[in-house]
Amino acid sequence: MPTTRELAEKARFVRTETVRLTRIAGAGHYSAVFSCAEILAALYYAELRLDPARPDWPDRDRFVMSKGHAAIGLYPVLADLGYFDPAELDSYTRLGSPFGDHPDMKRIAGVDFSSGSLGHGLSVGVGMALAGRLAGHDHRTWVLLGDGELAEGQIWEAATSASHYGLGDLVAVVDANQLGIDGFVADVMGAEPIDARFAAFGWGVQRVDGHDLPALLAAFAALPARGGTVPQVIVADTVKGKGVARMELSPDWHVGNLAGADYDDVLTELAR
Amino acid sequence: MTETQAPAEFFGFKDSRSVDGTDTRAIPAFVFGEELADLAEQDDRIVVLTADLGRSNRATDFGARHPERFVNVGIAEKNMITTAAGMAASGFVPFAATFGSFAALLCAEQIRTDCAYPNLPVRVLGHHSGMSMGFYGTSHHSLEDLGMMRCIADLTVVCATDANHLRALLRLSLDHPGAMYLRLGRGRDPQVYDVVPDLALGRAETLRDGSDLTIVATGSEVHPALRAAEELARDGITTRVLDMWTISPLDREAVVDAARTTGAVLTVEEANVTGGLGSAVAECLLDAGLAPRFRRHGVPDEHVPVGPPAALYAHYRLDGPGIAAVARELLTKGTTP
Repeated sequence: MPTTRELAEKARFVRTETVRLTRIAGAGHYSAVFSCAEILAALYYAELRLDPARPDWPDRDRFVMSKGHAAIGLYPVLADLGYFDPAELDSYTRLGSPFGDHPDMKRIAGVDFSSGSLGHGLSVGVGMALAGRLAGHDHRTWVLLGDGELAEGQIWEAATSASHYGLGDLVAVVDANQLGIDGFVADVMGAEPIDARFAAFGWGVQRVDGHDLPALLAAFAALPARGGTVPQVIVADTVKGKGVARMELSPDWHVGNLAGADYDDVLTELAR
Repeated sequence: MTETQAPAEFFGFKDSRSVDGTDTRAIPAFVFGEELADLAEQDDRIVVLTADLGRSNRATDFGARHPERFVNVGIAEKNMITTAAGMAASGFVPFAATFGSFAALLCAEQIRTDCAYPNLPVRVLGHHSGMSMGFYGTSHHSLEDLGMMRCIADLTVVCATDANHLRALLRLSLDHPGAMYLRLGRGRDPQVYDVVPDLALGRAETLRDGSDLTIVATGSEVHPALRAAEELARDGITTRVLDMWTISPLDREAVVDAARTTGAVLTVEEANVTGGLGSAVAECLLDAGLAPRFRRHGVPDEHVPVGPPAALYAHYRLDGPGIAAVARELLTKGTTP
């Protein structure tokens, strides 16, 4: 098990790689990655049951990035774990590259499902969890949702079916970073109380600080054993843009591009 | 539903006539539940999903024999399609069935983004397609599905002609890589194929040959097209009838040959003439530099009035006599009026 300090370094790596890759594209989703950097680090380096040498291992834990616009933060993690050569990332968003703004399961080893249209991922997770049970596997299916995404009705169709089918190996993590594109989720279309809403749909609920690595690990450890019958959600309270002062809780940075001295300033800020 | 009522009559149609007036009371309703249940005895990848329509589409026939592989998601069609995609990503071959209107129109984006784009073997069954729901009205009609599904990349689009043909499609689908949209009628389509046909994707079935005209029909309109050909034969007009069940990929060779050999092409579909079979055939003809006498026959670009199915087919001249009349117009007057 990596130390908290090691995981924090991985979260920093997610952020700096996001800054680097966005410059290749000329535009990208910084802040929605920064809010889930600790979540990605904790899941991929301390929790998920994976074997990068066998990306199609049938009983691997699944990870569905329903908020697909954070894929730029996932790609470096997959490369770092050995799913593919990190040098391939330099083609990010270039013509014909496997790596676009949203993840493509057909072209990128380690990506369990293609995403990009919000509201679909929890249904994908329901299907994978049903399939796992039918196949006699005990893998977990993890789905990373955004809080703004909870306005999509299909999320609640899926939430209903997950508890109806007793899919205890389905775990949703809500990156509750408080902002959508047009401003605060609470102003545009409120999602709270997220924990009570999932509880009312029959889910087991935990709520933690999504930037607190020991708290995230404790929440993972507190999940019921595999093979349970109650789907689980971890609501992670986060800050969109976390780690870069100018981006934190700023609606101006959902998509952006750091140019010139700003690029160097942000890398320096992240290196502190 | 009472004990004495057959499941296929769940929606209570008193009118048992098919597209062309055939009495369908003796015709078996949907066979996909039964056929898939048989196939599932040998193939443990098969799962069936529906959205609270199992009594209408007879998915319950599958559920009764394979309860562990039957998933009823309730009235939540989008969740059904994406759940099927998740199961497909884990190695299963899911068949997800609901009314064509809900499958293709409500879930168009789920079909494209979650099934076709990742090239997953999801089979979407859109049943009670076209205007076969009759007086249930526009919300329950899918006259747009052919056009909508046809323009999605990496989605195979096929139409079932009758029960035997549907069995063939289901068997063919098992090892087809990628997603499919299977368009089914009301489940009471009169028999065209007396045995389960041997089909190949992209190859239309030539059901009758002739030299004066080709009728290119699909799905529920194949049977009345054959009726029309019989009627035209009594006037000395010989008609080739193609069952263009394979919409995407289209059998372009068959279309080109029909134009070159018979000089007149009439497409017939229970769908809006904008974007469906007729549009596909027209594109094919122009691409090939051909300009035969040509007419797209189907439902005009309008919302259809209330009425029993058979009355609607007669109203739009989509029954046998209607198609024959349209064919005569094409041969005497030339192009679309």
